[in-house]
Amino acid sequence: MIGHKLHKPENKIVAFSPETLEKIHELISHYPDGQQKSALLPVLHIAQEELGGFLSADLMDYIASLLNIQSIEVYEVATFYSMFNIDPVGKFVIDVCRTGPCAICGGEQILDYLKKKLNINEGETTPDGLFTINAVECLGACGAAPVMQVNTEFHEFLTSEKIDILLDNLREMANEKKVSQSRWVEKFF
Amino acid sequence: MGRKILLEKAGIPGIREFSIYRHHGGYGSAEKALIKMSPAEILQEVTRSGLRGRGGAGFPTGLKWSFLDRKCTNPRFLICNADESEPGTFKDRYLMEFLPHLVLEGLIISSFALGANTCYIYVRGEFKTLIGILQKAINEAYQQNFLGKNILGTGYSLDIFVHPGAGAYICGEETALLESLEGKRGNPRIKPPFPAYKGLYGCPTMVNNVETLAAIGPIIEMGGEAYASIGKGKSTGTKLISACGNINKPGVYEIDLGLPVEDFIYSKEFCGGIKDGKRLKAVVPGGSSVPILPAELILRTAGGQQRLMTYESLADGGFDSGSMLGSGGFIVYNEDACIVRNTWNFTRFYQHESCGQCSPCREGTGWMEKVLNRLEHGLGKMSDIDLLASIAGKIEGTTICPLGDAAAWPVSSAIRHFRQEFEFHAEHPEIVRKINHGALVKNQESNIQYR
Amino acid sequence: MVKVTIDNIPIEVEEGTTILNAARKIGGKIVPPAMCYYSKLAGSGGKCRTCLVKVAKSSAKDPRPMPKLVASCSTPVQDGMEVLNITSPEVIETRKAIVEFLLINHPLDCPVCDQAGECDLQDLSFSHGMANTRTIESRREFPPTDIGPFIKLHMNRCILCYRCIYVANQITDKRVHGILFRGDSSEISTYIENVIDNDFSGNMIDVCPVGALTDKTFRFKSRVWFLKPMDAHRQCTKCSGRVTAWMFGDEIYRITGRKDQFGEMEEFICNECRFGKKEFSDWIIDGPRKIKRQSVISASYYENMIKPSVINPIGEIMEETE
Repeated sequence: MIGHKLHKPENKIVAFSPETLEKIHELISHYPDGQQKSALLPVLHIAQEELGGFLSADLMDYIASLLNIQSIEVYEVATFYSMFNIDPVGKFVIDVCRTGPCAICGGEQILDYLKKKLNINEGETTPDGLFTINAVECLGACGAAPVMQVNTEFHEFLTSEKIDILLDNLREMANEKKVSQSRWVEKFF
Repeated sequence: MGRKILLEKAGIPGIREFSIYRHHGGYGSAEKALIKMSPAEILQEVTRSGLRGRGGAGFPTGLKWSFLDRKCTNPRFLICNADESEPGTFKDRYLMEFLPHLVLEGLIISSFALGANTCYIYVRGEFKTLIGILQKAINEAYQQNFLGKNILGTGYSLDIFVHPGAGAYICGEETALLESLEGKRGNPRIKPPFPAYKGLYGCPTMVNNVETLAAIGPIIEMGGEAYASIGKGKSTGTKLISACGNINKPGVYEIDLGLPVEDFIYSKEFCGGIKDGKRLKAVVPGGSSVPILPAELILRTAGGQQRLMTYESLADGGFDSGSMLGSGGFIVYNEDACIVRNTWNFTRFYQHESCGQCSPCREGTGWMEKVLNRLEHGLGKMSDIDLLASIAGKIEGTTICPLGDAAAWPVSSAIRHFRQEFEFHAEHPEIVRKINHGALVKNQESNIQYR
Repeated sequence: MVKVTIDNIPIEVEEGTTILNAARKIGGKIVPPAMCYYSKLAGSGGKCRTCLVKVAKSSAKDPRPMPKLVASCSTPVQDGMEVLNITSPEVIETRKAIVEFLLINHPLDCPVCDQAGECDLQDLSFSHGMANTRTIESRREFPPTDIGPFIKLHMNRCILCYRCIYVANQITDKRVHGILFRGDSSEISTYIENVIDNDFSGNMIDVCPVGALTDKTFRFKSRVWFLKPMDAHRQCTKCSGRVTAWMFGDEIYRITGRKDQFGEMEEFICNECRFGKKEFSDWIIDGPRKIKRQSVISASYYENMIKPSVINPIGEIMEETE
């Protein structure tokens, strides 16, 4: 069976901060009048990053009302693009490339090493809620194979030693609550 | 060799800054084009240059530009296709990361030539850092009046916006990109109508690859004829090749079209030979979609001529013994590479990236993936090889967009050139299971992922 | 007007007509089958690829053939165009391949499918399919779901023609279902627990070419070929009220829209007519409906059959086991 389970809105109130909202309105102005739906992808990126790391049904309904479109249009788009998470994920989402050029340079071994090290499978999150591993297709950095992304930050020419150090660093960052990332909303302005 | 047109300024420290780019002669072509030239003259130069689309299809840019519906009164759009996601290709990323202003300059000239007042750069979502770099460059260009209203006092206005994708290879197809830009699923549109007539929001739209647009600045600067004098035959100018795989020096190289493939692989200036002194086994010369060629056919054509890095030479021999230059994603395999595994890997990629709109691609890619998965893991039969070739043949040419062809070509070419390897997999399942990534066979279930 | 020939039969049609519609004007065997195109739904077509045809001559001006097979439902004709459909072995071969693709993940559960007997995919695989299967792979499986009080969704059977999406977009006021995910895991769903309860949502059942969307009020009640289709009408404030009533004796088993020779509804009808009016007294019967398609329904009306009451218990069991 591959059909997804029907999601249930929890009717929680979700909202962007006023500053983010202002920027989203500016973002909408990049597109001609009446084409506010065009801003859907950037807004979903911002929502995912600022409001919990994944797109809950409530969040998507909220975005639909912001852009004045039907909720189903948001669901359709969010499930189409692989960067959007519709289920909760860990603090650090590790996307390991496993496509051709990375695979011949050891990408699959890197993925196996990570899975063993964190003791989870692809698509799963560690019990402490820190790491999620995804096996993804080409990240467009084949010259630096094998590569992976941690929350859209690239890590290149990977080796098992590099991964050990990286995971330790990430754990430390989480402990010190310094999970700072370059934010989507700032990228556009 | 060693001439650089696109990457001429790439080595200058701080070239991402407007002031430094300008100091080194940047935006000179934009000034020249906007102040001294008419749109028709620019189009003429581009046509003369013989520049061909660098995204993969190799369609002459001047000709494509001439198709744009200029009678329609709706606004026109120029879209810069930066959704680079073809496995093996990472040249556009390099251009945008190190030379954002070169890309912008190309966009400004092209928009002016096409009469577009709005331009979107569709960047794949994974390249989040690039969005910041591009946006910063755009802001600088606005401050310096190379963008915005009344550019350089010419009365011409242009806005450039960056639009992120979100992880979908199919959005590199121009009509899927337009759908995505409209905030929809990236389903390619049924053509006709073509985007040049009915594109973004139903308006005339031109979609070009980053490298194509970046080349416009240098073409205006040096003149179309000078550009056309570089290269060989109908493959004019220089091309960025992103080399990766089992080579000593993976990276992005600018070559004059016409360089012998052998030189490209073995010269110290470029790939620097095969890693660890191994032998060359095969090359995918233009990104994962193009047919794979064994060592003997990539260095020399079936007719015994030296194979050159041109659109024509790489395609020499058709699909029987040739391939394509494609997007310039040059993937090199050494003697250790398992072609069956690689074919399975690519097919899984296409299965994952198929939009699911039309039936041959949706069902066919999934079917091929399952059969190849079986073969690779020692569960295949001899008849599976012909079955695969047959499925690939039936996907090819029947789909809405070229993704179906792109999924079929690697499979049919791998079977054509490396049939004995497929047969080995079918004949010796125990060996395949043991020596070939045995660990993965155990958790085979987890490797079959549907989304 | 432009002149085209399809399988050597000339016809004059208006400019902008698609090849498929030109072929439908000629009629008969040369009409390419269409699984996703629906003339009454704007924007439909191009997706299933069963209607691919060969263009041997593009136009009088440009006599070159088109390099690839084209979707006849979305390619407009040009003056002097020459199209090959059933006279081209390449087209027939490709159509066979498309049918195979459509069937590799289809559950082939025709014996328990309510659409059996009036299913486009069944007819298509009979006319164009292969007798054997080349797959040993497991098929995609989705659990059947209720989308609304009247409609059952069997995603297993769906061929993703997108017709129901166009119905929801163009005929109802609000779409709550859509295509989710992508590639071969695409599915039709409401994503959240939601019901499709719009007044015209029942038309999704009629436009569905397969048994993916079926009428819950008719579920396992009878095989369609045991019933007699009668044209009927009533006064309706929402729709034209002109329907086909599927009857056994004087009992009405189900109501559908009236379908033309290409299997398309003549008019869209409302849910009240479709699901709410199942009494003989609700309708004025106009007379027997001629089913023109090559379907089992038109083969025989089984007029002297006894009432198929034996079928009901089995139907109930099926319902329980799901």
